[in-house]
Amino acid sequence: MNDTLPTRVATAEAVARSLRRRYAAERRFRLYGMGAIGIALAMLLILFGTIFGNGWSAFRQTALLLPVTLDAAEIDPPGTRDPAVLSAADYEGQVKAALRAMFPEATGRKDKKALAELVSNGAGYALRDAVLADPSLLDRSFEIRVPASDLVDMVMKGRIRTDVPEADRPVSDSQLGWIAVLRDQDRLSLGFNTQFFIGGDSREPELAGIAGALLGSLWTMLVVLFLAFPMGVMAAIYLEEFASRNRWTDIIEVNINNLAAVPSIVFGLLGLAVFLNFFGMPRSAPLVGGMVLALMTLPTVIIASRAALKAVPPSIREAALGLGASRMQMVSGHVLPLAMPGVLTGAIIGMARALGETAPLLMIGMVAFIVDLPKGPLHAATVLPVQIFLWADSPERAFVERTSAATIVLLVFLVLMNLGAVLLRRRFERRW
Amino acid sequence: MQVLLLIVVLLGLTAVGFRLGRGRAITVARGATRRLPALPRYYGWYVMLWCLLPAAAILGTWLAAEPSVLKVLVLGALPADLQALPEAPLNLLYNDIRNVALGHGTTEDPAVAAAAAHFAALRASAWPIMAAVSVAVLLAGGAFGLRMVGPRLRARHAVESVVTVLLLISSTIAVFTTLGIVLSLLFEAIRFFRLVPPGEFLFGLQWSPQTAIRADQVGSSGSFGAAPVFAGTALISVIAMAVATPIGLFAAIYMAEYAPRRVRAILKPVLEILAGIPTVVYGFFAALTVAPFLRDIGAGLGLDVASESALAAGAVMGIMIIPFVSSLADDAIAAVPRSLREGAYGLGATQSETIRQVVLPAALPGIVGGVLLAVSRAIGETMIVVMAAGLAAKLTANPLEAVTTVTVQIVTLLTGDQEFDSAKTLAAFALGMMLFLVTLVLNVIALYVVRRYREQYE
Repeated sequence: MNDTLPTRVATAEAVARSLRRRYAAERRFRLYGMGAIGIALAMLLILFGTIFGNGWSAFRQTALLLPVTLDAAEIDPPGTRDPAVLSAADYEGQVKAALRAMFPEATGRKDKKALAELVSNGAGYALRDAVLADPSLLDRSFEIRVPASDLVDMVMKGRIRTDVPEADRPVSDSQLGWIAVLRDQDRLSLGFNTQFFIGGDSREPELAGIAGALLGSLWTMLVVLFLAFPMGVMAAIYLEEFASRNRWTDIIEVNINNLAAVPSIVFGLLGLAVFLNFFGMPRSAPLVGGMVLALMTLPTVIIASRAALKAVPPSIREAALGLGASRMQMVSGHVLPLAMPGVLTGAIIGMARALGETAPLLMIGMVAFIVDLPKGPLHAATVLPVQIFLWADSPERAFVERTSAATIVLLVFLVLMNLGAVLLRRRFERRW
Repeated sequence: MQVLLLIVVLLGLTAVGFRLGRGRAITVARGATRRLPALPRYYGWYVMLWCLLPAAAILGTWLAAEPSVLKVLVLGALPADLQALPEAPLNLLYNDIRNVALGHGTTEDPAVAAAAAHFAALRASAWPIMAAVSVAVLLAGGAFGLRMVGPRLRARHAVESVVTVLLLISSTIAVFTTLGIVLSLLFEAIRFFRLVPPGEFLFGLQWSPQTAIRADQVGSSGSFGAAPVFAGTALISVIAMAVATPIGLFAAIYMAEYAPRRVRAILKPVLEILAGIPTVVYGFFAALTVAPFLRDIGAGLGLDVASESALAAGAVMGIMIIPFVSSLADDAIAAVPRSLREGAYGLGATQSETIRQVVLPAALPGIVGGVLLAVSRAIGETMIVVMAAGLAAKLTANPLEAVTTVTVQIVTLLTGDQEFDSAKTLAAFALGMMLFLVTLVLNVIALYVVRRYREQYE
């Protein structure tokens, strides 16, 4: 034993020193982990913060209370109050005239044009609808709420900086002056933006709505539901309950796993080459979009359904078979009902992914500018994520707000679907 | 709409067939259904299948064939000078005719108007024939099925074997999808490689696919050297992985080894949210917030950052991929047996030393598999780069410049009105094939690695 007291002390000191170092390293390592999670969470918060911060104001929209005295002789020359005559008249001119009556100082061509920019193109339609509903308006002065233009809307919401030089902002000094006057007279008001929820797409931000895109998404999702759900469940039942394990089922299984990881845009190419060019199906139709998304969703549904079927214990199957059920009766009467919560959960999650998918739909022409609301799965349409993509490209400041608002709506739908899936699992899932 | 109505009528008749079949089985058995070889409802289903399957086959074939038959008939009735047109303008003309006939457009040309009227008339006359034929087939099938119902018919066997075949067909759809992808990409890519040699496509340095519509225009022949496009994809993927791998890995380590159970139960689903956000939202976020932010920072540092820099697109893509890395790494770390950890603790290692020197090496194959899957995800990601990366192909390794990717090029090449046979649209399929091949290889390797590793500790 040559381990004398001084060397033992030296060893203890060395260990204590290295321990301090090692514990510091331990704390650092732990901090890296927390830092990583912190960064991820911060990104999530920034993302949601930006979207909500930009988007919440789009749910309100500026309206202008316009005093109007219609020129009955110009709107209805025969004086018969015939709706056909009334609806053909030039109401946009009347709106402009009403504006000029409020601000007689705007006389030059340029000033008049700047003044007309304060109201939306939709103001004429609003006036027409009011007159058609009540022709007696022709005989008296009245006030009507018409949509203001996106410029006024943005100024009202403080989205356009007014403290920069005139050349650096889309709104001129004279326009700002008029807006200030209208504000003082209490003629500009922010109200709930109904147009956003009932309108189709439009080049004018204040008239653009998501109803068309929502309906398109609805039709597309219906097609996905009717294709991917039954086929996915049937494929899962076959693979899990009937197929014997051989080379063919191995190929199918590898295939499904790989298909689940194929980039979504490749499914779009498939849809373009096969559905559109080979079978000659219509472009931009929710039917084709739904078929492409169904093929994309199928692996998710199959994998989830197989897991759910696998979780049903063999004793259930043996009991059913023992009582004389055929294999088909065993599956349809016992195994499938028990696996249904898991199957539905998988289907909802797959549908949620399909609802947020954009890229494959660009390939099959669902990016067209479509104003009409789609009436069926063969009517040209776009879907909510594609609408977001289209609006994100628009230069107007007001479209940033609409894009964010459309994103909020999309996220709400996704959250609801995922919440539904979670609740379904919580409520019905059985542990054996 | 008419077709939908027809389908509803057919389904209604099928339901009637079910009731008739079941009723007939009971009648035949004179009430003593136990003497039948199957329950009465199986006779109902038997008749139902006889109603449905032939009628569905007829209707499906009709609907699939109708457009091409209509086209032949309508084009055949055109004036001779129009019929003599080459194929591409003829197709355009036919599209016009169809749009006019379906009420999507108007025309000045009397020949088109006449053809559209002819088209509409043909369609109008075809529709009642189709309805009549499918209903007749349904009734005939149902009648045959009903005749077969009797005490000797083993209805359950018949029904179950049909259902088994349907199940089998469903399970093969995945295979046919893969086949469809491979064949469609391959055919179009081969047509492309007839116009542009594969060597030039793979290694050429000049990518400007803007072929002109007229042959005599300036720059009428595009050049299809895709190397800058591949390089751009690689650059953005590398940036994405440089963001996602460390964050995902450390997040996984913290959640698997350090976090208390309850914290973990909250953190894991919250991180998964990142993977559930639609990519178009990330694209919007990148273009609206991240890119201007990076440009401002760059301006502050005296750097020239492009407004569509690879860094912005890559960083946002990296954020999206974090959960892919973290959840797979988490699984791999959780699969390392306790005994390995306890051995390390017993030797006096601290927790971080155990993780770094024992757990991570043991979990490495699983982590590598997860990272490979994430790479394939990054390469195939479309919307973020379409919205936040550039369009011009540039061969550069500078993350502050704008580069373009394979997916961006596919989208820009195919979302415009272009004739389908031009080298430009075909190039998109060649790019798509490259994308499919690379992601497939990555996936196969990753799945293989993950599976091999999982077996090791089971």
